[in-house]
Amino acid sequence: MIQQQVKRYLNTQREAAPLAVFRVSFGLLMLSSIIRFWSYGWIEKFYIAPSFHFTFYGFDWVRPFGNYTYLLFAICALSTIMITLGYKYRLGVIVFFLSFTYIELMDKTMYLNHYYFISMLSFLMIFIPAGSYFSIDALQLSRKRTATPIQFVPRWTIDSIKLLLGIVYVYAGLAKLNSDWLVKAMPLKIWLPSKFDIPFIGDLLGQEWVHYAFSWFGVGYDLLIPFFLLWRKSRPFAFIMVIIFHVLTRVLFPIGMFPYVMIVSALIFFDAGFHKRIIYAFAKAVHYPQQLLKTSQRYTSRNPSITKASVIVVVVFFTIQLLLPWRYLAYPGELFWTEEGYRFSWRVMLMEKSGYAQFKIVDGVSGKRFYVDNTDFLTPLQEKQMSFQPDFILEYAHYLRDHFESQGHQEVEVYVESYVALNGRLSTTYIDPNVDLAQIEDSFAHKNWIIPFTDEIKGL
Amino acid sequence: MKKIFGIITIALFMYACGTDDTTITTDDSGTDNTGNFDRSAMLTNWADNIIVPGYVDFNEKVNTLESATAAFTANASDLTAVRAAWLDAYTTWQKVSMFEIGPAETVNLRLNVNIYPANITTIESNIDNGSYDFGLSSNRAAKGFPALDYLLYGLGADDAAILSVYNGTEGAAYQQYLNDVVADMKELTASVLSEWQGSYRATFIDNDGASATASTDRFVNDYIFYYEKFLRAGKMGIPGGVFSGNVELGNIEALYAGNLSKDLFLVGLDATQDFFNGKAYNTNAQGESLSSYLDELNAIKDGVDLSEIINSQFDVARASVSALGSFESELSQNPPTTFLEAYNEVQRLVPLLKVDMVSAMSISIDFADADGD
Repeated sequence: MIQQQVKRYLNTQREAAPLAVFRVSFGLLMLSSIIRFWSYGWIEKFYIAPSFHFTFYGFDWVRPFGNYTYLLFAICALSTIMITLGYKYRLGVIVFFLSFTYIELMDKTMYLNHYYFISMLSFLMIFIPAGSYFSIDALQLSRKRTATPIQFVPRWTIDSIKLLLGIVYVYAGLAKLNSDWLVKAMPLKIWLPSKFDIPFIGDLLGQEWVHYAFSWFGVGYDLLIPFFLLWRKSRPFAFIMVIIFHVLTRVLFPIGMFPYVMIVSALIFFDAGFHKRIIYAFAKAVHYPQQLLKTSQRYTSRNPSITKASVIVVVVFFTIQLLLPWRYLAYPGELFWTEEGYRFSWRVMLMEKSGYAQFKIVDGVSGKRFYVDNTDFLTPLQEKQMSFQPDFILEYAHYLRDHFESQGHQEVEVYVESYVALNGRLSTTYIDPNVDLAQIEDSFAHKNWIIPFTDEIKGL
Repeated sequence: MKKIFGIITIALFMYACGTDDTTITTDDSGTDNTGNFDRSAMLTNWADNIIVPGYVDFNEKVNTLESATAAFTANASDLTAVRAAWLDAYTTWQKVSMFEIGPAETVNLRLNVNIYPANITTIESNIDNGSYDFGLSSNRAAKGFPALDYLLYGLGADDAAILSVYNGTEGAAYQQYLNDVVADMKELTASVLSEWQGSYRATFIDNDGASATASTDRFVNDYIFYYEKFLRAGKMGIPGGVFSGNVELGNIEALYAGNLSKDLFLVGLDATQDFFNGKAYNTNAQGESLSSYLDELNAIKDGVDLSEIINSQFDVARASVSALGSFESELSQNPPTTFLEAYNEVQRLVPLLKVDMVSAMSISIDFADADGD
């Protein structure tokens, strides 16, 4: 029974127009995102200039290529053009996924949930025939092989994008169900007053009720918006909310391209008719043959076993997506404090956290001891990120150990005096200052050298 | 209603597109923001009551130093007056050293006026050659207060020996160098002061927004940078061997004059605390400041009284450094335990300023995208 339903669902097809609109806008946004990153000189500043990079566990082989890092970005940009035009779409999106993910893995200082989202989305797009409609691929197909470009695609391919968006929103909402966010209106209570200079609403942002209103509205928005977008009747209203919400976050916080990505992605929830109108208008402008947009050709898989494998990969992918954010439950202590299981979980805008870490080097043989000037090794951004994240602190401590041992010090011990402030609490000692970090192996096990959080945050 | 809503949304959208990393400035109508701290009032207090009066005073002291130097080179018989003028200017310098923003940053005032230890080899070879370009960064350690320290105290074992250098065969070259060093300081100081008295004050105050390039954010970064690098590390940490493991007596401030380093440190510490409290230069009048900003934020946040914690740590740091003997005598102990204990109290302010204060004010450290929703 259920099996039949699943089978029927997998065989259901829908108009391909939403995927085409999604593909083109995704490609264009990614292209502008790369141009923006490049034009700010960030490739040089964040990937080439620093002598040291923080790597992800298991990915320490992912390194920038010096000046050839520009080439990597160029390849990534090229792949966004291929995606936009639908030219060798699958190759384009695979190249994009690999190059973009590689870029994000080069230095975890730059980790942002947005970038992770883009990586995951582009991975998903490998298994979605988004390049088969209103694309150069379709055009070439019609010319060369007298085959007809498709008009319909499996329904699940469109739904999977909706599902990913839904997961992002709902998990972001669940993460806000905690006492800091709901009861204390933290960290918005810290962030909003500093935005006093924004037109129209600047004056309001210093008021306490506004902090609470924003906090509660934010939770409600995240938890409910996917459902309002799914329901046809509330969809126009929901989309207006999407625009307002993301424009507001764009105004208030320096979050780059992300709001635009989310606004454009939400279009996927609209009916095919809406997307067809966009495409027809667009096709006219670029002289794309109209008859290729009205073929009534259904999607047929050239190789059913590949299609089957695709479905399995996507199912596994979503299972991981649904489970990964809960891994923090396997760790003791306060998640916001230890950050064990914090990343890759759609925890966004949850913390005003900052720290200070001063490293003490002890030569185990001579007993000589001295402190490190972090600016000798790290960029300001790296130092900032390092100072309140334990895995950064450990990786940096190991780097310091190796650096000073190569300078002739022996049996180097590394200690850190660190203070971290979280969501308006006064800073307290973060890492046990008596633990020799040079001896600690990095792993996914609980880091028992973090001094436990002194307060309590209730909730998820 | 719908229309207004639409207009506001579009306006905000355009605003969103228009502001990326550029400075955000708003018209300052001077009205009291409800529940919002007035950053522009704080910037005005900083500029008008602390920074500009500080530079005016420092500029006067440098002028006095110039005339004292001129008098000394005209008749090199007594070092007392020129030394006193040097010390007076050096002491005043400690009160303005932290203002390395705008014009001072442009000319690198701090690097040009107080890089120590002085490079004696360069100084001597400059004097030998008789030609030197103080605009070169390679000459930075051969001029400013540390060079004067060497020229007024370090040329000989006692005053008679020093005076004999100025009156000896190469005396004219030494006199010339002394005058040139002071002239260079005078020129730099005058240029910074005139910028502040000219257009820069308005630039500074008008940039009263909140972003990585706004005056408040930038200056708070500069202020903390000064405290951490120049006051804490430069005057105590480095000589005390905190970063190398070995006491470095040669890196003490005012090395040749001797026994001044502690006093200069304390003047700097007082100046940073006074700045924190918005105390008008050399008076007790207080205006809007980092401290009152924290109080204002605290009123919203209902949290701990951070400004009080910071002030009391300033007091503890001052008390423990004041209790020390001269830095020279402290550092002759091995290991210099009491010196390092006092250093630790000075150090304790760093996380309070860098973590707690910055976090409370939501000051940006560097411009990059942050995580969004």
